[in-house]
Amino acid sequence: MGRITLDKVTKKFGDVEVIPPLDLTINDGEFVVFVGPSGCGKSTLLRLIAGLEDVTDGEIRIDGKPATDLPPAKRGLAMVFQSYALYPHMSVRKNIAFPMKMAGMPEDEQKRRIENAARALNLTDYLDRRPGQLSGGQRQRVAIGRAIVREPAAFLFDEPLSNLDAALRVGMRMEISELHKKLDTTMIYVTHDQVEAMTMADKIVVLRAGNIEQVGSPLELYRNPRNTFVAGFIGSPKMNLIEGAEAKKHDAATIGVRPEHIDVSASEGAWKGRIGVAEHLGSDTFFHVHDTGLAETLTIRAGGEVDLHHGDTVFLTPQADKIHRFDGQGLRIS
Amino acid sequence: MARAVSTRRKAGYTIAAWIIGLAIFFPILWTIVTSFKTEAEAISSPPSFMFFQWTTENYSTVMERSNYFRHFWNSVVISLGSTVLGLIIAIPAAWSMAFVPAKHTKNVLMWMLSTKMLPPVGVLIPIYLIFRDVGLLDTKTGLVIVLTLINLPIIVWMLYTYFKEIPGEILEASRMDGASLRDEIIYVLTPMAVPGIASTLLLNVILAWNEAFWTLNLTAAKAAPLTAFIASYSSPEGLFYAKLSAASTMAIAPILILGWFSQKQLVRGLTFGAVK
Amino acid sequence: MATQHSRSAARIMISPAVLLLLAWMIVPLALTIYFSLLRYNLLMPGTERFVGFLNYRLFYENPAFWTAMLNTLLLVGGVLIVTVVGGILLAILLDQPIWGQGIVRILVIAPFFVMPTVSALVWKNMFMNPVSGLFAEFSKAVGLQPFDFLTHAPLASIIGIVSWQWLPFATLILLTAIQSLDSEQMEAAEMDGASPLSRFWYITLPHLSRAITVVILIQTIFLLSVFAEILVTTNGGPGVASTNLTYLVYARSLLNFDVGGGSAGGVVAIILANIVAIFLMRMIGKNLDA
Repeated sequence: MGRITLDKVTKKFGDVEVIPPLDLTINDGEFVVFVGPSGCGKSTLLRLIAGLEDVTDGEIRIDGKPATDLPPAKRGLAMVFQSYALYPHMSVRKNIAFPMKMAGMPEDEQKRRIENAARALNLTDYLDRRPGQLSGGQRQRVAIGRAIVREPAAFLFDEPLSNLDAALRVGMRMEISELHKKLDTTMIYVTHDQVEAMTMADKIVVLRAGNIEQVGSPLELYRNPRNTFVAGFIGSPKMNLIEGAEAKKHDAATIGVRPEHIDVSASEGAWKGRIGVAEHLGSDTFFHVHDTGLAETLTIRAGGEVDLHHGDTVFLTPQADKIHRFDGQGLRIS
Repeated sequence: MARAVSTRRKAGYTIAAWIIGLAIFFPILWTIVTSFKTEAEAISSPPSFMFFQWTTENYSTVMERSNYFRHFWNSVVISLGSTVLGLIIAIPAAWSMAFVPAKHTKNVLMWMLSTKMLPPVGVLIPIYLIFRDVGLLDTKTGLVIVLTLINLPIIVWMLYTYFKEIPGEILEASRMDGASLRDEIIYVLTPMAVPGIASTLLLNVILAWNEAFWTLNLTAAKAAPLTAFIASYSSPEGLFYAKLSAASTMAIAPILILGWFSQKQLVRGLTFGAVK
Repeated sequence: MATQHSRSAARIMISPAVLLLLAWMIVPLALTIYFSLLRYNLLMPGTERFVGFLNYRLFYENPAFWTAMLNTLLLVGGVLIVTVVGGILLAILLDQPIWGQGIVRILVIAPFFVMPTVSALVWKNMFMNPVSGLFAEFSKAVGLQPFDFLTHAPLASIIGIVSWQWLPFATLILLTAIQSLDSEQMEAAEMDGASPLSRFWYITLPHLSRAITVVILIQTIFLLSVFAEILVTTNGGPGVASTNLTYLVYARSLLNFDVGGGSAGGVVAIILANIVAIFLMRMIGKNLDA
């Protein structure tokens, strides 16, 4: 129903190549997240799939049928925009009905679907309001409602949560995940937030400068980052990357250790340093350790409460089986 | 934020502003007052401002005598016709420039404005001769054509600035929702731009209503709008102050009222966005 | 943000406007230039022939042309001085706290909406008429000889009438600009000990400079084409004392039927307007980038 294949898809703006030839398959029912720093081409890629931009070269197929030259309306996809893009002059009901009206669906069927969507999204009481009278989260739900009623082959989300405050974002994240479980429809989700990617995705596509750096499930990316870029991008706080003599010991140009894979001790360990900032959260404690001679700062995550403070000398020991090794090109050595 | 201003200072500013405001408005006020006088009172010396026998006979005389309504109707048709026609041509053009900007969009926009700077007298003769040859002299159609072209740059420009404020994502959303280009413009863009389109319409009706170069030069009796009708009062009827005032009041009243509603848009429309 | 579909649609949708304006500009312009090189009088049909720059030379040698040029510049310059200076003062006054500010604003703006023929006629007959105009009444009341404005100071009178029409425009735009001035900037200057006069000179005026330029340029474009006011009040007279370039071309071509001569005047008017337009377009263009 919603299998999307990109075959050597290329996009140029003038002479600037923003997406070099790119292959990707998105399977039916998958929740795929495109993640990467801003300007990496993730939104452009989404817009190419949506049909809002032309591909310069290559082919897009939806369910095996060529879609490269189809206008957006004919691709059977629905999109939720960053700004929600609701029609301000229409009530919530009319907003949700708009795609069905454009498709010329019978009135009673429209009504049924609007009511179903409103019930599922807790919008029943707001159907006659204008978007301007709704909160950010409600607007987001209207945008999703407008996408659902079309029963599209796939949903496209373009950074849909970036305009919400932190608390709402967590809630909406769960709602979208639940929606995916319920509908079992393909979803493509663009974000720059790796936490969203890790928590929601079946499959993460990490992009940099239009190139796919790695494709895989969240834990695959966490466990086996293919290069230093993915290693640094996935996981929070970021993986510590260490170069020089210490890396040489492991036959690598760079080694990486995640903050949660370093043990802390006040008395003994492999590395020695001094605590700069200590963040005591209760459930976790983060130390930013200086003067180790390995890197400017090493970030350490210790579980629970640890009674060490600014200025204390600490000893650090990386967990031997959790050390990632990278070569001179930044590629993983396995 | 606002600072407390002493009442005395405020009173001073208020008096000064009202005196100047009334002085500037006085010719209009005087015209309106005079239109309710008899001819004898209108030239009485010294003139009376309030205490005279108010009468509306001038209005009925003017309407009976000079086909006021025909000229009024001509003004309505010409100003509204040219503006609506201009909007129909300009809305798609402004859509193109605001939402599908190309490399040359800016240049096209500037060039359109530059046609507005062409002095009318520079093209009067050819237009006059062409109109004479094709029988458009002294017709409403002819004036609608000319005024449409004259105001088209302003209409395109104003719509462009209003459209620019509409987020492109909303139009893209409608495209994703299956709207054709026609649907997109009719159901999404136009309703969203209603305030902008309305103020564009208003300002251009005003400009067309008051246009007095082409309307005077290209009409005689048949298609003459109010500008030309009033000009015909030049002499000797101009000496009948009361009737002149009544005719003038009727000519400016509708536009004065529209104009007061469109003050804000005026700045935007007439400075081409250069002053905000 | 565009696809091939929308780009080609855009081209199609913009073309009516572009083609119409192109035709509107090129056809009459070309004909005007062409006519200006002909001997072409409507009273003598069939005698048209190419005369090169003769029309321009005749214009050049005609003292009326120089008077008209001078009058055009005086009219534009005079109205600009009155409206810009008056507009700045009025805008500053209206920006102060005032009871009934909205109403005063409306009163001040009103003249802009009065059609030129009406304002010319009202001023001519009801105010400037030497026998029964209001000004004459005042003169008589204070024991002075009534002054015949349109006979003895025709150009100054027209400058007065046109200034009355354009003062609202200048005021409105300058007021809009003043209101966009950050009040904290003013307060900072006050904290720094700047007097009201130096605040005006160092902060308000520089802030207004852009708006003032726009007012000057736009008004110039319109003022070069003042026509109805002259037609209704003085018919360019007495003699040519109040004839401007626009009126001269009108008189030449539509009253004397000298199409060739009139066209030559039209070309001169176009050149004059273009000099102003270049500056104006450059300003607007700069703003388009911002």
